[in-house]
Amino acid sequence: MTLHANTAETPAAAPAPRSSSPPPARGTARRSAAGLWFVLPFTVLFAAFLVWPLIAGLWASFTDRSLAKEESSFVGLANWIEMFGDPAVWQSLWVTLLFTLFTTPPLVAIALAMALLTHRATARIGWFLRFSYFAPFLMPVAVVTLIWEWMYQPGFGMINGLLATVGIPGVSWLTDENTVLLAIAITTVWWTVGFNYLLYLAALQGIPRYVYEAAALDGAGAWRRFTSITLPLLRRTTALIVLLQMVASLKLFDQAYLMTNGSGGPNYAARPIIGYVFETGFTGLRIGYASAISYLFFAVIIIVSVLQLRLFSRKEDAA
Amino acid sequence: MRRRHTPGPGPAPALGRRAFLAGGLAAAGTVLAGCGPADTVLTDRQRLRQWNLFTGGDGARMVEMHTAYRKQHPGIDFQPSTFQWGNPYYTKFTMGAAGGRAFDIATLHVSRLRGLGVGTLISPVPTDLLAQHGITRDTVFSNIWDKCTIDGELYAIPLDTHLIVTYYNRPVCEEAGVLDSDGELVEINDEDDLFEVCAAVKEVTGQFGVVTDTTHAWRPFWSLYRQLGGELRLEGELGIDDDKALRALDLLRRLSAEGLAPKASDGAATPANFQNGIAGLMLSGNWELPTLKDAGMAFGMRPFPGIYGEELGQGDSHCFVLPVRREPDEDAVAAAVEYAAWMLKNSITWAGGGHIPAYTPVTESQEYADLQPQANYRHAAEDVQFDPQAWFSGSAAQLQADAGAIFTGVHTGAVTPETALDRFKRAAQNLIDTPSPV
Repeated sequence: MTLHANTAETPAAAPAPRSSSPPPARGTARRSAAGLWFVLPFTVLFAAFLVWPLIAGLWASFTDRSLAKEESSFVGLANWIEMFGDPAVWQSLWVTLLFTLFTTPPLVAIALAMALLTHRATARIGWFLRFSYFAPFLMPVAVVTLIWEWMYQPGFGMINGLLATVGIPGVSWLTDENTVLLAIAITTVWWTVGFNYLLYLAALQGIPRYVYEAAALDGAGAWRRFTSITLPLLRRTTALIVLLQMVASLKLFDQAYLMTNGSGGPNYAARPIIGYVFETGFTGLRIGYASAISYLFFAVIIIVSVLQLRLFSRKEDAA
Repeated sequence: MRRRHTPGPGPAPALGRRAFLAGGLAAAGTVLAGCGPADTVLTDRQRLRQWNLFTGGDGARMVEMHTAYRKQHPGIDFQPSTFQWGNPYYTKFTMGAAGGRAFDIATLHVSRLRGLGVGTLISPVPTDLLAQHGITRDTVFSNIWDKCTIDGELYAIPLDTHLIVTYYNRPVCEEAGVLDSDGELVEINDEDDLFEVCAAVKEVTGQFGVVTDTTHAWRPFWSLYRQLGGELRLEGELGIDDDKALRALDLLRRLSAEGLAPKASDGAATPANFQNGIAGLMLSGNWELPTLKDAGMAFGMRPFPGIYGEELGQGDSHCFVLPVRREPDEDAVAAAVEYAAWMLKNSITWAGGGHIPAYTPVTESQEYADLQPQANYRHAAEDVQFDPQAWFSGSAAQLQADAGAIFTGVHTGAVTPETALDRFKRAAQNLIDTPSPV
């Protein structure tokens, strides 16, 4: 396997032969009809469970649809106008963005550090590192939050106990509006870093050893090899991880909801926008308004993803 | 961020087209049979679908009651379904009721009655039918009965009332000298009493006197505010008595600020703080009783302290409601009403969970008087303070959630009572101005 095949050329090379060979004249219609049948089950599910809800949600955002009423009426842009003037929407969107800023860098950096450690480790300890780094990711969110809620307890929790031994006074992790989001971010990093780690580890194993050997022969030190070989060759993986991570962090809900008992935390400091959608839609029964907020959030995610994709593809061009 | 495990392609099955079709038909048949109300089709038993929100200890007690109910009602095909309390339950309730075919009877918090579509989703209870089973305003706590009545129509059959009460650790309180000659906690009649008792208890525990859920301060707040005679108007312009609200909030602030109560203690930590002797008193809902009893703790209970007058405590009531039906079904309604009446009459089992049965012949019985410590706060049922009425108020509804998120800062000292009250007023006014979805 060559280095090139590993990074750039495989996907680009694949379609080439197909376009150069002349299309077979006979049997195309028959074959494409058969192909349609194969695609049909997915298309039906895709249409029923993704396309239709998307359209229905958009429509609902222009109505006063309620969970507690069967009929609803068209209200035009009322929900959208209310949304732009609702400070809770912007506050919860800010909480979501803040959480993404808090979690994305460590979730990428720590995953890389752990992957590098494991990659260099001997076989004897390697399995143990892989297991212990990845294990938290396998836990359900309810278990993770339960464990961390007890660890964060002021008074008798483990974390404050450890801090006390080094003379740091107790912190009310989940009940102080300045620390609650940070506390949830720390829990999230611990819980989900294993997935990014796995991606990095796989990518590291795909870098051939001879590249390092060659660099070492040329006199490159360990740091130089890391910055000039490892990091550039991991760039595609990093781009993928950052994109997946940002989308995952923007989707913050479960752990924040569970760790604040659904209250959104002191002064709503840990209520993400999905939490607010849930609040208006399910606690408040206002499906129409909740749909409008969902669409705003949908737009934000798309904008962030496109920006991020652009940023990375430009780098690719430069390199 | 959950990824599914995709199984690899297995060995090719040696299965002909006919065999496959036959198997598929058989499987489809099984599925269809499972979906349909097979029992009702095949037998003439009356189907009764009940939805409830009881898990944990309450759930176990309800299952115990249901086992007895089934034994006595062989002609009823009883099908209970349990969902998690709070949003998970209430969203299913509203959607199920909107469909009009999901259940024949369901449990509810009476405080949510107005918010969940009285008249549109919830249908009135036929009181004549209920009276035939001996359930009338005379055999139920009248204050709870009245709470279930809207515009002269009874919309819910109350099973119990449950409210915030005082728990006290006996050995700790004895050492602190705050038990009376009968071995019960001394009466607390004003702010000074409360602070004295808490200080004495704190001396013994070495950490705190009292603990209450600081992330859900609505319960103590509403109790104190009501003791002061405060009213909350949730229509048009928000009506709230600032002085009284500030006094109630300031009491909560002082308890934490003076080190008599933790600055932060959430729903899970509060009973843990009490059970571990970190605090000798706890202000919490009566539903913590089974947990503490199972832990083998020596504790007593009495109503929420009457700091500003009567011993009024915030509370609610579990009740049964009947859905509005697409097609009328008198047999199902009759079975549902009979079931509810049966549950009320047998609610002595239910009282094991700390809830006070709404059916007075039970609470006046010797059997109930022998229940300890339940019998010690029986009379609190007459003084239970329900939440103010609005579509957004009540158990697990938005007003309580807002109060929880805002008032928690009063305990931690992050905000003054004045700031917290301003924020609460803004949140409440916001809810009032929101078009009602019901």
